[in-house]
Amino acid sequence: MSKVKTGIGRRSFIKSVSFAGGGLLIGFNWLACKRPNEDGVEEMVLEMPEEWFEINGYLKIGDNGVVTIYSPNPEIGQNVKTSMPMIVAEELDVDWDMVVVEQAPLNTDIFTRQLAGGSQSIRQGWESLRTAGATARQMLLIAAANQLEADVADLTVDKGVISHKGSDRKLEYGEVAKAASQVAVPEEVELKDNNDFKIIGTSRKNVDGKKIVTGQPLYGLDVYKDGMLIAMVVQPPAFGMQFKSMNADEVKSMPGIVDVFTIDTYPEDMEKEWSDTAAFSKLAVVVGETTWQVMQAKKALNVEWELNPDLVKKMQILEKSAGMDGTSGLENTNIHATLMAETGARNSEVVRRDGDPEAEFKKASRIIERTYTCPFLAHNCLEPMNFFANVTEDKAELLGPIQTPEYAEKSVNKRLGFELEDIDIQMTRMGGGFGRRLYGHFLVEAAVISQKMGKPIKLVYSREDDMTNGVYRPAYHVTYRAALDENNNLTAFHVNAGGIPESPLFANRFPAGAVDNYLAESWSIDTNISVGAFRAPRSNFIAGAEQSFLDELAEEMGKDPIQFRLDMLKRAENDPVGEKNDYDPARYAGVLEMVREKSNWGKETSNVARGVSAYYCHNSYVAQILDMSVNGDQPVIHKVTCAVDCGIVVNPDAAKNMVEGGTVDGIGHAMYSQMTFKEGEPQHNNFDSYRLIRHPEAPKEIDVYFIENGIDPTGLGEPPFPPIMGALANALYKATGKRFYNQPFINELKSGVKVKG
Amino acid sequence: MAEFNITINGKEQTVDADPQTPLLWVLRDHLNLVGTKYGCGIAQCGACTVHFNGTAVRSCQLPISTAANNEIVTIEGLSEKGDHPVQKAWLEHDVPQCGYCQAGQIMTATALLKKNPNPSDKEIENAMYGNICRCGTYTRIKAAIKTAAKSEQS
Repeated sequence: MSKVKTGIGRRSFIKSVSFAGGGLLIGFNWLACKRPNEDGVEEMVLEMPEEWFEINGYLKIGDNGVVTIYSPNPEIGQNVKTSMPMIVAEELDVDWDMVVVEQAPLNTDIFTRQLAGGSQSIRQGWESLRTAGATARQMLLIAAANQLEADVADLTVDKGVISHKGSDRKLEYGEVAKAASQVAVPEEVELKDNNDFKIIGTSRKNVDGKKIVTGQPLYGLDVYKDGMLIAMVVQPPAFGMQFKSMNADEVKSMPGIVDVFTIDTYPEDMEKEWSDTAAFSKLAVVVGETTWQVMQAKKALNVEWELNPDLVKKMQILEKSAGMDGTSGLENTNIHATLMAETGARNSEVVRRDGDPEAEFKKASRIIERTYTCPFLAHNCLEPMNFFANVTEDKAELLGPIQTPEYAEKSVNKRLGFELEDIDIQMTRMGGGFGRRLYGHFLVEAAVISQKMGKPIKLVYSREDDMTNGVYRPAYHVTYRAALDENNNLTAFHVNAGGIPESPLFANRFPAGAVDNYLAESWSIDTNISVGAFRAPRSNFIAGAEQSFLDELAEEMGKDPIQFRLDMLKRAENDPVGEKNDYDPARYAGVLEMVREKSNWGKETSNVARGVSAYYCHNSYVAQILDMSVNGDQPVIHKVTCAVDCGIVVNPDAAKNMVEGGTVDGIGHAMYSQMTFKEGEPQHNNFDSYRLIRHPEAPKEIDVYFIENGIDPTGLGEPPFPPIMGALANALYKATGKRFYNQPFINELKSGVKVKG
Repeated sequence: MAEFNITINGKEQTVDADPQTPLLWVLRDHLNLVGTKYGCGIAQCGACTVHFNGTAVRSCQLPISTAANNEIVTIEGLSEKGDHPVQKAWLEHDVPQCGYCQAGQIMTATALLKKNPNPSDKEIENAMYGNICRCGTYTRIKAAIKTAAKSEQS
């Protein structure tokens, strides 16, 4: 057991009562109490209590012992709505079957970091969730001790039943909940030993599972309120353009249309949050009664666009410097490629240098140099961007899918001038996030539109609006060089990485620390295409590139690719180069060794091509081995074996699900997906031409293994996604005899690769 | 605008809408049946899949004028208590991540099993080709369909 300070003050306790009792929580209905039991089949129905008692901001207990736990963080499919309450329930010592989970609204008085991003919910929530559960447990024990006129030390708890040692007296949580809610919050509480966990480490079903499979309202797009109108935006057709004028008269008289106007979401003098990234500030808006009517009016609306002069100026500087002739400010994918190739061939800003890499390259007997690229990507959450807003004179009520509610609240505060306490943001379950909903411009747009209309509205993006709205994954480019001496030893390593508009470089990650002479350089090229975080930002390209290069390097050096990596990691562990290395070589090696064993590496059959990859990002380690073959020009993925070190696994089956999903997603994006531009215009606006991975293209089998080490847990939303791209590239090489350097790989595969055979 | 009679989940309803309005938006905006999802609007993602006289169709491409006077089943009407073998299999395998596409996946899967109670892996993959899962739960979807097929046969 370990003692921790509770840090839960009286203020947050009192504050919590008002929000939890208000009945404002989305998704709360009686179905919340029905859910499948452990085998997922039988439906369990919990009877709701007559009265609830707030113990602290994280939970309340009913007079019948039913417990409601508020899940603080946004749910984007990473399953925190189940796993975070599991952690609270563990320390509370309650029967999981007695728990009802509700999504907490934004409440910075009680919760910290209500954000879905960086795979940090579990890692950063670990202690506060445990403390909240343990604090409540202690208050219940104190209340029970008072009632029994016993010492707290003589009480034990099992599944919400308090027993008195030395007598057969028992009290259930429901019986002491009222008294517990009056107990002073203890300053210090004890947390359980890991060995005593009963819920953490056991697989529990998704708390929203039943609602999902029966089609109950859960998502932002499912919000319908009395008097609510539908709003849609019309945005410029190309990056580098802006609104000029429109003729709205004909459209205004179309059936169901209530109003047509423009908004300026982010006026120039507004102080923006980092999360206010938006492709376009000035938008045409159509408001009407039904979605279909507004969609028709949107199509009929005659808007004139013009070049944005500020952006033209910016692009002139950019393109002249590279000897290009486009000066319109409208960007093209082929020019991007030329610019990146030219810039990437120059020396760039040195971010890290160990030893004397330049000298080693000069005297090398062989230099291996390879360049890797990837395109812009759209997030394509299956639920398009949307938000409900009801802005009245004195209050802004906002409800919908947002990964950054705390920042969005500040944006609304600055844009509308409302005090923070007059802004109420509630989160729905999200139909995917992937980083796209970190950027809450759609929430601000909804608030501005609602204020202008003086009515509740739901802003809805069409798929086309969503896909052409930017905030894309940047395009990246990296060149790796390795110097080998006459004995084929690696003597120097050089990475020069850049992109539009940011570099994907992590200078202190592996193989930094494992090579005596190491050089890392970074560059970037400006753009007017808006970009943002996309699942495992930067890692989502550089991992695959690096792991492909190491694979090729191992082959050139005549080494087994896994042993080659393990040897380097051994060096980094025993005699690290430099001091800033931001990975743990032993844990890194651990997943490689595990995946080697579990996949029977080295014993594969001849008709299966295998590729290996391993990466560390977002505090977790993942190694993957991908087995495939190529049938004509069609890749067939037979199996992926994954070894993962994320410390303690809170909810094992759900964690496997995340690893499987990240693996499929990584294969899909590296193989099939790209966003291209012509004269600033996105060349794909829907799933007919933008390729996402589909059923037959997914691996036939995915095996997931976790390292058991009892270390405090880290996240899984992102870590399985980047490395699989390298495993895929390396397996493609084995299958075809050709190395793949440019994503999406399907382009090169279709352009006439002969299958090795 | 015109009036249409339509049978949804066994219940006859009257809807006043433009004849071209896709069934998807009639369900969502007019009838408060939001289980059927909007994903692409061009029949490429499968999130809006419903049963039209027993066949899986994309409701975003089905005008109310065509849907009228036919039998429509949505995810809400697939079973009375959410205990259709496919729904149960979905829960058993804990398939969903974000969950947004799953109603469409389930509707396609149930139509498949009706026609082909014991599909091969390849038949499952091909039948499910039109349903995108952006989170990548494809292996679990396939496993759930196989479990449902088994349970329906036993």
